[in-house]
Amino acid sequence: MSDLLLLLPFAALIVINVLPKAARGAAWIVAAVVFGLQTAVAALQPFGLVDWRFLGTLEAAIGFRLGLDSLAVLLLLTAGLAGLASLLVSRASTARPRTYFTFANLLLVSLIGINGIAMVQDLFTLYVFIEVTSVAAVIMVAIRDREQGFEGAWKYLLLSAVASVMMLASVGLFLLTGGGVSFAEAASAVASGTAEAWIAAALFLCGLFIKSAMVPFHGWLADAYTEAPPAVSVFLAGIVTKASGVFALMRLAPAAFGGSSTGTMILLVAGAATAVVGAFLSLTQSDMKRMLAWFSVSQMGYIVMALGGQPGLALVAAGVHFFNHTVSKAQLFANAAAVERQLGTRDMDRMGGIAARMPITGGTSAVATLSVAGLPPLAGFWSKLLIVIALWQAGHVVFAVIAVLTSLITLAYFLSLQRRVFFGTLLPEWSQVREAGPAYYVPTLVLAAITVAAGLSFPFLLPILLGGGA
Amino acid sequence: MIIITIVLVLMVLAALWASLTTLLLRATIALALTSAMLAVVMYSLGATLAAVLELSVCAGLISVVFVSVISLTQRKPFKDYVTRRMSRMRRFWPLPLVLIAIGVALSFAHAPVQVALPVPGGDGDVRTVLWTLRKLDLFGQILILLAGVFGVLVFFKKDETDGD
Repeated sequence: MSDLLLLLPFAALIVINVLPKAARGAAWIVAAVVFGLQTAVAALQPFGLVDWRFLGTLEAAIGFRLGLDSLAVLLLLTAGLAGLASLLVSRASTARPRTYFTFANLLLVSLIGINGIAMVQDLFTLYVFIEVTSVAAVIMVAIRDREQGFEGAWKYLLLSAVASVMMLASVGLFLLTGGGVSFAEAASAVASGTAEAWIAAALFLCGLFIKSAMVPFHGWLADAYTEAPPAVSVFLAGIVTKASGVFALMRLAPAAFGGSSTGTMILLVAGAATAVVGAFLSLTQSDMKRMLAWFSVSQMGYIVMALGGQPGLALVAAGVHFFNHTVSKAQLFANAAAVERQLGTRDMDRMGGIAARMPITGGTSAVATLSVAGLPPLAGFWSKLLIVIALWQAGHVVFAVIAVLTSLITLAYFLSLQRRVFFGTLLPEWSQVREAGPAYYVPTLVLAAITVAAGLSFPFLLPILLGGGA
Repeated sequence: MIIITIVLVLMVLAALWASLTTLLLRATIALALTSAMLAVVMYSLGATLAAVLELSVCAGLISVVFVSVISLTQRKPFKDYVTRRMSRMRRFWPLPLVLIAIGVALSFAHAPVQVALPVPGGDGDVRTVLWTLRKLDLFGQILILLAGVFGVLVFFKKDETDGD
């Protein structure tokens, strides 16, 4: 099945490009089918409801070296959901047919990149698929043909290129010192404790830190998220930066670089610094999308900090928070897109009482807010609880306290967002505002339902996650 | 060894030229020169195939792609060009000095890195490597090229149909 997860989107890419020009509107449908199919397969896979044995001969003929474990399924599922949400938002927010068609193409290229990141087995191929995802993302940021979009794309490209150089140098060093670039060979090189292997590991980690916008490499992210078109923001914030940065860290931390106390401490300190700095930067914003961008930085720090917790539980905690954060963030960016479209501004100081005119957007935003702030019984509560427990069990009490305090700051700035945008007295200038339409609120309703359902069913899902090693 | 050192110095000079020049066409030529020098180094170290690929793809094909894209752009007025060149010179004048300082420092340092260079061509047929062992990477490369095509469309082609 793993090979098909790369080849099916690739086939879709070919199909939409051979369509006659008049039929190119169907690109959206083809992309939606691919994303929908992936979401369904990834959701059913952990329960053993998908049997792919009949594809064995085909897989043997293709022969890509891929692995499909629980962590990979998690990324496939979140990528499918974020892609569907982004496609729906693009339906309403993109007016030009060519932009729309190019967006569908780039979304499919990104999906193949993300699926590759989920399933690859060696550092060089991981680097190649991170590049695929990043190149597509950079172009998507600039797709709206505005100067600010180009500026955001340029910053993203520049830092992304620095990260690529670091990762490529690391791959070269691993090849020379460890004899190979598979995760197992890299792990054994790092375990040997030689200076060269540590330099290689440090270079790859630095590259991933840049891609994840970890402090002090976080400067590019707010511009990229803010200046991107709404549909791109949903996908970029929802999955791209997480897949090409944080997910790769989740994959490598235990498999290749983990285990040592130095490696764990690097993850803890970098994660804590990012979580705290991101949270404080969020507090000071009045631009809605910029606030969400810094919130995203903070939560990525949270996930990386979790990786330094009790082995086993740490990865489950990070994985669950990865999923919850993707769902909530895609939802919040879709809400921000709806508000921006209807009000024509992202300045929260000019808003107020919007929930009276946009009750669905206000309601789903409240669900996402409460979840990301870690309030029970929503999904975000469980993942944050798991992270704190994993840190506490590993003896990192200080970092567990930082995690709790950061969560409180998150609650503070999201309550501020809700109050400034949705609650309070409706300003007269917004008295005629209406919901932005189903293309905006349908994905947020679905994502809010997932947040509630995942939270309520989490006690039943946890044994499966712990059993599967997430 | 002396030849490799001379070529490496030339490569760094060409890379500096590529970074500092304000004209895209000159930057492309400088980049092609950098690649050509790198190809010579690779050839001298026994990596013949890598040298051929570097020369044909990086120095050749990529330069052609760059020149094609540059032909889609419009040249700025001469006055802007002069202002921009002066501004770049002011910003980047320490770069060559920094590079020389690093080079001198490294030549005195005894690098701690001990690596075992693989035997050139020891792993057999390059076709096996490309089409069997690394076919997934090749697939990734195709995707990057595809994304690049869409990049050219987004960055350089104006849509005259309607506004967004």
